[in-house]
Amino acid sequence: MTEQTTEVHANTLKSRSDFPFYTIFIVISSIYVLLIVAMLAAETTYTTPDHIWGAFAKPEIRYAIWLSLVSCAITTVLSLWVSVPIGYLMSRHDFRGKTLIDAILDIPIVLPPLVIGLCLLIMFQVEVPQIEWVNSLLKSISGTLFGKEISVAKGDSVDDMIRKTTGLLFGKPFGVTYEIPSVILAQFMVACAFAVRTMRVTFDQIGPRYEQVALTLGCNRGQAFWRVVFPQAYRGLLAAGTLAWARSLGEFGPILIFSGATRMKTEVLPTTVFLELTVGNIEGAVAASLIMVVSALFVLVIARMFGLTRTGI
Amino acid sequence: MISVNKLCVQVGDFKLNEISFEVPEGHYAVLMGKTGSGKTTILETICGLKKVLSGTIHLNGKLATHAKPSEREIGYVPQDGVLFHTMTVRDNLAFALELRKWSKQQIDDRVDELASLLGITGLLDRTPFGLSGGEIQRVSLGRALAAKPAILCLDEPLSALDEDTRDEMCILLRDVQRMTRVTTLHITHNVSESDRLGDMKFQIVEGAVQRLSSKTAGKLSDLTGQVSQGTGSTSEKSAKMKAE
Repeated sequence: MTEQTTEVHANTLKSRSDFPFYTIFIVISSIYVLLIVAMLAAETTYTTPDHIWGAFAKPEIRYAIWLSLVSCAITTVLSLWVSVPIGYLMSRHDFRGKTLIDAILDIPIVLPPLVIGLCLLIMFQVEVPQIEWVNSLLKSISGTLFGKEISVAKGDSVDDMIRKTTGLLFGKPFGVTYEIPSVILAQFMVACAFAVRTMRVTFDQIGPRYEQVALTLGCNRGQAFWRVVFPQAYRGLLAAGTLAWARSLGEFGPILIFSGATRMKTEVLPTTVFLELTVGNIEGAVAASLIMVVSALFVLVIARMFGLTRTGI
Repeated sequence: MISVNKLCVQVGDFKLNEISFEVPEGHYAVLMGKTGSGKTTILETICGLKKVLSGTIHLNGKLATHAKPSEREIGYVPQDGVLFHTMTVRDNLAFALELRKWSKQQIDDRVDELASLLGITGLLDRTPFGLSGGEIQRVSLGRALAAKPAILCLDEPLSALDEDTRDEMCILLRDVQRMTRVTTLHITHNVSESDRLGDMKFQIVEGAVQRLSSKTAGKLSDLTGQVSQGTGSTSEKSAKMKAE
């Protein structure tokens, strides 16, 4: 009796079409993809090749391209150096306060970029406390090694002390704030957070089994890491590197606050776009931004070529 | 020889208490138990991959409770082989020998010897990508045996293989063990594997390792599910004894 009822129910179940489901999903997806394509098409068709070549001829834009490329390269290398150990430790080890460290590592990702720039600016303007024994130690070391004494004067900020130290070491004082190092530091603070996240995902995916086998075969921890785990993480490294490079190329907020927007000094490509727009030169802004679009697409193609499509970012 | 005495290990919330058993030199011991009973934990602790809370582990007469994995002279074959993907099969086999700074000639000779013993000569210049389950386990076994360890630990090495390959590997494991006389601890939940390979059989029941007589082991059903009801019967209880 029960079987018969079930059969009747099964027979009355009406097969519904999947058409509405796919139609809605495809329409929503298409709108977004079209928006991206339209956005890029509008930008590329707005200007002529003459304008772009004209922009390239300007020494300010050439300088911005040079500074962008150099600072992004340095930031990428620094980010990889930092993200590999952090990513590995966070992936492999459980320790007290890990959740807190994890949250701290995500701060540069969630914090508004302008705020990061402001924090950095304030950090380097913090007054260095005058401690007598530190001052006498500084004086004796600098006097003995360089024949010129330096010490912490009243009201000296962190940046002032860096200027004093670099003046002593290199003969020419340079600080961080409003100088090229500030551009690299501002880019690094954000780019590194993304690289750390990528490397952590990479080490999570590799899993600890490979090291364990390497340990039983005679490796110490360092050998197991460098000989077995690190070579296997090369895709993650490439992903972290390209991501850090792309992030630092587009960094604007923290650089504007922390480095200023001085032409031929701390001007990177996003700063160029901003400066050209403020003087009403839209063509110049478009030309500078096109350089960034091409660079970003280039990075995207490289990432796809190495199969870096699922890096968790 | 592997001698484990009153070993306590904790992994997260899982804890093993007072584990004791002994595998004499040159024997092939099989350790069976339900999934989640702690077989792998025991094996990894012997290999030095898990921290010991209390108790002792002696390997070949030497106290090795807190020794580093590299100091224990154990060949470890994990489940699924875990070959190093960025190296060729030859480099996988030579890995432990390069760490021990063997000469190139010695390494080449040893790799060739292992490859012919395990039937993987044709695979030497390939990377692990595309190797079959059986080939992966052969390479993993070769990598573990390369430095001529005194002890071999196998963590369910045949569980992912089809029936035919499993038979081949059983024969290979038995032959290799007979030839090298390496003291072997093999973890499995498969009774037929245990019957074919083990000259000593142990079982984890309710957190304690018990030695099984060959007769008792033969009557056990597959241990992937519940332990067979017969295990609890009076006649079989009397047949079991603690190895110590």
